[in-house]
Amino acid sequence: MKILYFAWLRERLDRGEEEVSPPADVRTIADLIGWLRSRDEAADLAMQKPEIIRAAIDKKIVPHTAPIAGAAVVALFPPMTGG
Amino acid sequence: MAVRIQTEPFDPGAETNLFLEASQGAGAAVTFTGLVRSDPRAALTTLTLETYKEMAISQITALEAEAVARFGLLRSTVIHRYGALRPGEPIVQVMTLAPHRQAAFEAAQFLMDHLKTDAPFWKKESGVHGDHWVEHNGGDDDAKKRWERYDKRE
Repeated sequence: MKILYFAWLRERLDRGEEEVSPPADVRTIADLIGWLRSRDEAADLAMQKPEIIRAAIDKKIVPHTAPIAGAAVVALFPPMTGG
Repeated sequence: MAVRIQTEPFDPGAETNLFLEASQGAGAAVTFTGLVRSDPRAALTTLTLETYKEMAISQITALEAEAVARFGLLRSTVIHRYGALRPGEPIVQVMTLAPHRQAAFEAAQFLMDHLKTDAPFWKKESGVHGDHWVEHNGGDDDAKKRWERYDKRE
């Protein structure tokens, strides 16, 4: 599965995307964020307030409870500030 | 319906004229243009917008479809820039066409209020004091929620 990062999340992680294969017990967006944080220190720090991170699965905004099974692209980003 | 996500500057007047040329006999058109603010106290030199372009296109296209269903909108165009912008430059333009003014005004506001909170764009301000990412404005959430109350009232 591909993960995309945007804005300050991308900057703090120093990468815009990565390919990951989470284990089977990583079922939801919340699980995924927890798992990504457990893998490296930069991710742990960047997402230390997971509740403010927003997520999209295959270009649709989803809550942290959304299952990630079958997702091709998961995007993680701060709240939007466009317009 | 049209959505354009682009780095190039656009001419707000020329875009409005083009939009009006295909007015199909409708009675009301509304144009909203959002500009890069320039505050002499904050001395902003550049506003950089980051986007998740594919998602922005699908998100705004879905919003337009919703506005058509809710307000009886005949047509709309949304232009949103990304990349480096200077103070005073247009960032976003929303144009709506409807049989009557109320639908045209409301649809334009509906599109802007939802675009602010749901479209994947992020602003970074650069000035004499360095760079910082613009924080999400809670007032924008309130503006969007108004439409939920509006739904309940109907």
